[in-house]
Amino acid sequence: MEKLRSTLNPRGVPHQAAAPTLEMAAVSVAYAAGGEGVTTARADSYALEGVSCTIQRGEFVAVVGPNGAGKSTFLKLLVGTVRPSEGEVRIFGLQPAGHICIGYVPQRNQIDWAFPVTVEDVVMMGRVGQIGLLRWPRQRDWERVRSSLARAQAGHLAHVQIGELSGGQQQRVFIARALAQEAELLLLDEPLTGLDIRSQEGILDILEGLRREGVTVVVATHDLNLAAERFDRVMLLNRHIIAFGPPEEVLTTSNLLQAYGARIGDAAGPADGEMAEADKTDEP
Amino acid sequence: MFDWLIDPLQFSFIVRALIAAVLVGIVGSVLGTYIVLRGMAFLGDALAHTILPGVVIAFLFGWPLAVGALIAGVLTALGIGALTERGGIREDTAIGVIFAGSFALGVALLSRSGSYTVDLAHFLFGNLLAVSAADLWLIASLGGLVLLSIALFYKEFLVISFDLTLATTLRLSTRFFRYLLLLLIAVTIVVSLQVVGIALMLAVLVTPAATASLLTHRLPPMMALSAALGALSGIIGLYLSFYLNIASGPAVVLVATLFFTLAYLFAPRRGLVWRRR
Repeated sequence: MEKLRSTLNPRGVPHQAAAPTLEMAAVSVAYAAGGEGVTTARADSYALEGVSCTIQRGEFVAVVGPNGAGKSTFLKLLVGTVRPSEGEVRIFGLQPAGHICIGYVPQRNQIDWAFPVTVEDVVMMGRVGQIGLLRWPRQRDWERVRSSLARAQAGHLAHVQIGELSGGQQQRVFIARALAQEAELLLLDEPLTGLDIRSQEGILDILEGLRREGVTVVVATHDLNLAAERFDRVMLLNRHIIAFGPPEEVLTTSNLLQAYGARIGDAAGPADGEMAEADKTDEP
Repeated sequence: MFDWLIDPLQFSFIVRALIAAVLVGIVGSVLGTYIVLRGMAFLGDALAHTILPGVVIAFLFGWPLAVGALIAGVLTALGIGALTERGGIREDTAIGVIFAGSFALGVALLSRSGSYTVDLAHFLFGNLLAVSAADLWLIASLGGLVLLSIALFYKEFLVISFDLTLATTLRLSTRFFRYLLLLLIAVTIVVSLQVVGIALMLAVLVTPAATASLLTHRLPPMMALSAALGALSGIIGLYLSFYLNIASGPAVVLVATLFFTLAYLFAPRRGLVWRRR
């Protein structure tokens, strides 16, 4: 029974204490590797090429770059839904596939908001790995759900149907789900797109709080201003890493020109709706 | 006063039909919530049609129909699972090809037999009034198995239906649960075969669940309501069939459709009438 349980629903691998949260060595992802969306007629055949980087525990990192730069692919490599065609991804010293400690907050347009679940149900989904196969949520799972919602400032939303949430609330609920999952590496794909400034600040405050508790947070975003103001390090990406370091060193004119070409004006601030649409093309 | 309710029950074949309709209504409607939520209606219809060759072969050789249906259903569930996994051609295209091909094979095999049209009609539209005691046992045991699986893997099915990426980060075996769901659909189709038949199968798999989805906001009540609607449709449909002398399968389906129409028009907040105001 336990064997079946661990095959169908593994409880996660132990971490190598000394290893960084995340390490990539010469990782390339060919378009076909993603398995979908091979429709665009690109001259180049890689979504990501020769990406090497290290991110330490508790870092707060923004991944920026133009549409199609491979930001979503970068996150999917960490999740494990996309495998590198070349190179290696290590999370806490091991391959992503063994971990259940990677929280992923999807783009909002990836979720079916009409699905018949309440906020509490969604957050409880994050516990499924810990609960294990053929078991039901126990007292401590419910407590964890409640405390996760409280930390994401969404405690009052527990019994709301997810279709009734505002944009900022939607993000907070999915952050709470990652907390319930006991995520040690939290990945967010465009969590700020389409939100008003106050909601954006609220989300960034929550993320910063998590970082202080030792959670490593990686955010893909279009917003260069927020990246410059709120993050420890910024990764400027356009199929390969153009620069990765403190914002003031990365977001220089020459680097940005290299990443965005002549489209630098577009990148700084197109309408939010446009961004959400454009995101769909960001996949391998 | 309630003679009209009691009267039909003096016929044991009506009692058996009633039990079968209620059981199938419950099993199909509970599983149907996943079919509705995951948008698998076309796949369900295809799976129903692809079991025809199995049924016909069993019929021609004089085996229990359910055995042929079960073998064909499991084989096509696995086949469709493998085809949709591989890619290459679009999923609905692949399913469409299998769907039409095996249905044609079934009809072709059956056309060799003498009582072709009568038999085909039974397979297509069900034959509720011919349910035997053995059939009932089969429906109850296989249906129980389906409900048990849904209960045991409730939270995994929920995660996989709602957010596949989460399923990946939880390292759930998405492949296993996808095949399991396909198998459960196949078994449910086999169980429902005598009640509504192949052509009307979607009414069991989709209609009550779709009605329930208009009326509830959470999955457990949606499943409960769907089951209640499925069972009620079976009962009312059978009485209608008895008194109006119409075919039983279509009668059950029409009642389920009526429930859906009412919900579509009058559901609180989501109904057409409500939205117009």
